[in-house]
Amino acid sequence: MTAPRTLTEKIWDAHVVYSHTDEPDLLFIDLHLIHEVTSPQAFDGLRLAGRTVRRPDLTVATADHNVPTTDIDKPVADPISAKQLEVLNENCAEFGITCYPMGSPDQGIVHVIGPEQGWTQPGMTIVCGDSHTSTHGAFGALAFGIGTSEVEHVLASQCLLQNKPKTYQVRVDGTLHPGVTAKDIILALIARIGIGGGTGCIFEYCGPAIRALSMDERMTVCNMSIEAGARGGLIAPDDTTYQYVAGRPYAPKDAAWAAAEKRWRELPTDAGAAYDKSIALDASALEPMITFGTNPGMGISITAAVPNPSDISDPLERDTLAKALRYMDLPPGKPLLGHPLDVVFIGSCTNSRISDLRSAANILRGRKVHPGLRVMVVPGSQQVKAQAQAEGLDQIFRDAGADWREAGCSMCIAMNGDQLQPGEYSVSTSNRNFEGRQGKGGRTFLASPLTAAASAITGVVSDVRELLR
Amino acid sequence: MKKFLPFESRLVPLPIDNIDTDQIIPARFLKTISKDGLGDQLFFDWRYDAEGKPKPDFILNTAAAKASQILLAGDNFGCGSSREHAPWALTQYGFRAVISTSFADIFQQNSLKNSLLPIVVPRDVHAELFANPGAPVKVDLATQQLTLPNGRAVEFPVDPFAKHCLLEGIDELGYILQLSPAITAFESAHPAPISTLY
Repeated sequence: MTAPRTLTEKIWDAHVVYSHTDEPDLLFIDLHLIHEVTSPQAFDGLRLAGRTVRRPDLTVATADHNVPTTDIDKPVADPISAKQLEVLNENCAEFGITCYPMGSPDQGIVHVIGPEQGWTQPGMTIVCGDSHTSTHGAFGALAFGIGTSEVEHVLASQCLLQNKPKTYQVRVDGTLHPGVTAKDIILALIARIGIGGGTGCIFEYCGPAIRALSMDERMTVCNMSIEAGARGGLIAPDDTTYQYVAGRPYAPKDAAWAAAEKRWRELPTDAGAAYDKSIALDASALEPMITFGTNPGMGISITAAVPNPSDISDPLERDTLAKALRYMDLPPGKPLLGHPLDVVFIGSCTNSRISDLRSAANILRGRKVHPGLRVMVVPGSQQVKAQAQAEGLDQIFRDAGADWREAGCSMCIAMNGDQLQPGEYSVSTSNRNFEGRQGKGGRTFLASPLTAAASAITGVVSDVRELLR
Repeated sequence: MKKFLPFESRLVPLPIDNIDTDQIIPARFLKTISKDGLGDQLFFDWRYDAEGKPKPDFILNTAAAKASQILLAGDNFGCGSSREHAPWALTQYGFRAVISTSFADIFQQNSLKNSLLPIVVPRDVHAELFANPGAPVKVDLATQQLTLPNGRAVEFPVDPFAKHCLLEGIDELGYILQLSPAITAFESAHPAPISTLY
């Protein structure tokens, strides 16, 4: 009998092409997702060395980071952005790579369309030149972000040299209360262990509160693993996973499905397998979470007070918090509840899927956005957009006074012109509140779609539970 | 890739924890399709005012910083986005090493592929360096030693394979492609679970 192994170890072992002492393992990559921002220099590298793409059939591209979210039938206004989008299409055509460009009915944020099309499946190795590739771990896939050099490596060889990561078990017990979501689980984890807490590790999420989550919710949790420093975060596949994958365009069919499901059922971590680290959270004890600072670890319960730098003894840590509060222009010691807002952003690879839009629409139905507040709803993909429109969600958003957009990364990364103005405050369902992340000088409070929708109505940071009572 | 040789330099101190890659180079500069011209955009929003003029009090705008090859930063340097534009911008500014108490995983990998050496030091050494950043230190990758201004040598960890590639100037992709027969054998034995071909 073999020693008990974790889910991560099983996937790793099944993908080792070559292993040698004092060298990283050479790992085979089942799916390589690419987008316009981190791939052009990799393709240039290939051409410069006279190399080609080894497995275009395992490579899928889309345009997401830099696409406009309005007027997508017109030429892209910014010539530098237009060029980058054009170069992606040219590179894909040259090397025979399937691409969902702007305007395609299947275009969208790369971490939304992978699962949506059935590319993302349990047990796979998945990489992308984007740190939020951890999203795909929700399916029990070993998925992590890479840089452009590694994009070039995968294009040329379909492999990566990688050192085996440590494993970190994240157990979430209990049951979420109404108004508390998957986003609040992950924000609470990051606040607890810090944004470097998972460095060198791959998370494996488990426990009844994780099992109870839908696939959309699991993706929200895994998506932000990187915000705790972990390159990946996995959830063992179960019936929820199989029901989601079945019938998608690239999912296995008939006999192939039966064989795949048999393989997938072997994936969950064996009883007695050892993790390098472990932590447990209680979902029943969680409140809605919100960030107050300039990294995703600076998070608190929505009713709690912003911490005070003078309570911190380590000088560097104290200065870092003080700098964050100066940037955010927030007084220490007070809750964020009631803080005035300029913008609410609902979107991003963290929270732009159909269930995110449904939960925001449920709050906004029959209500109005606070006068003067700018509310943007950006679906994660054209498929999500079409589904939302079929359900009439777009009308609910429009009737409330929100702006209903085309699919893309939009204001999460603020490359395409969707951005905060200097000094503006936003509640955002995205994943990063770094200085200037949503626009130079902009100030971001990260929260769930429910908290975002509730705050859209009041125009101030709000506790959605007040509306649910 | 050039071989990574020993060198001596003063330090550019940035005493802030968790410096993310959005600060190292803001996303709006990622519209480029080239690797060039990123050195001027390094730490752009900390380095230039609203009119785009260099802020004289920001450390990277000083003559001393421009002559230095080592950045000394707070804990968990390079967290956030996977953008390799971050090490490209740092090396184009002139940095050859960054010293911190820890680095984010993807940034560390990206740096090693661009001859930018991430040097992890213990907290006491980190504090000692911040106390006297104007004095030169020596970096020797072959012996994995950082020699402090007082002459004390501190050993730092480096992945042995990355060290080998840096010292010999080896292109990692060239090395991987030498293993093509093993990749072909793997592909024959393990049909890929998905394919755009079916």
